[in-house]
Amino acid sequence: MVRLITHNLLACHVKGCTSNNFPLAFKDVQIELREAEMNPDFLRGFLPKIDWNALVGAARELGDTSLPAETPEMIDEEFLQTLHHVLLEIHVEEGTMTCPNCAHVYPISNGIPNMLLAEHEIG
Amino acid sequence: MSRPELQAPPEIYYGDTEAKKYTKNTRNQQIQADMTYRALELLNLPPDEPAFLLDIGCGSGLSGEILDDEGYVWTGVDIAPSMLEVALEREVEGDLFLQDIGQGFGFRAGSFDGAISISVLQWLLNAETSHPTSSPPHRLSRFFTTLHSSLRNPSRAVFQFYPSDDDQIQLITSTAQKAGFGGGVVVDYPNSKKARKVFLVLFVGGGGASQRVPEGLEGEEQEEGKVPFERRREREHKRVKGGKKKGIKDTDWILKKKELYRQRGKEGVPRDSKFTNRKRRAIF
Repeated sequence: MVRLITHNLLACHVKGCTSNNFPLAFKDVQIELREAEMNPDFLRGFLPKIDWNALVGAARELGDTSLPAETPEMIDEEFLQTLHHVLLEIHVEEGTMTCPNCAHVYPISNGIPNMLLAEHEIG
Repeated sequence: MSRPELQAPPEIYYGDTEAKKYTKNTRNQQIQADMTYRALELLNLPPDEPAFLLDIGCGSGLSGEILDDEGYVWTGVDIAPSMLEVALEREVEGDLFLQDIGQGFGFRAGSFDGAISISVLQWLLNAETSHPTSSPPHRLSRFFTTLHSSLRNPSRAVFQFYPSDDDQIQLITSTAQKAGFGGGVVVDYPNSKKARKVFLVLFVGGGGASQRVPEGLEGEEQEEGKVPFERRREREHKRVKGGKKKGIKDTDWILKKKELYRQRGKEGVPRDSKFTNRKRRAIF
């Protein structure tokens, strides 16, 4: 149940890993599409928080190329629908996420990413 | 019955059997639900704005279900895999993470509009190994610092927890303050043995002293085994549906409103006196 909405907020939290630790790269993923209820107000409110390049990158990794490379200036119904699909309906069930900086691997199993750290990695 | 946090670490205590037992117990469900509503009330989110919340120690998603019902989008973290498994079975809407909150979060700055946590903080107060990173002050400070940065400014985080003594409250509040939070402890029904509930209400930002810690609920608890909360949202919901509003407010209504604002921690609520709701005649 890792959706891109949370992936877009998730950075590596290993000790000393403070720069270039976002976004985590997906690998060997299995995805599942599940419909969710559309909430335009929420999407509009959430839009400023999104790191757009990371979102587009992550969506490409998962094989979804429906998003434009830049945030469009006009936010219309169609765009919100695409955004809704990418953010909330693509679930990553299995796979791994790798930190681009320290190469720590966070395994995802059963839709739940394991964010636990070893003792020497705790800040 | 001795306190569960003294028996084993959470990921072991809430194993498969305990996780199922905990979730199926209707009394647990009721208490969790009431405390979640009260926590949401203390969170005081702006109405009509769908918020993105963090549920710390979401467990099997008992509180998450209420967040779903209230229309919030949320993300949950918990350290007990068995509890998360139950949450998956119950098909909650939020994203779930297996994470030790004492190790800190890795969320980007300003990710969440608020955070709630029901019956979790007391689990952070026991050291599991002698490694320096597993000492309670270190874990608390790591937790609060990373939480502070992942919350939006301004926002609130509300924690319901079961402290065993005042030293624990002191440790938790001072660590939270060092991490940059404002706020303090709210005690509901301080004089009742059963209904007494301790909430830690933390503020991020908000411009100096403009946020005040809300007052705890006073008086008699209402129903046996129930943690009361004001059914503000339900009432407001009903009112909108209820059709026409009355034009003139009577003194009782004003007193009730002022009391409500005080409980929510609003500043500058005028005190009650014999002049409350006096008539102001037209002056020519």
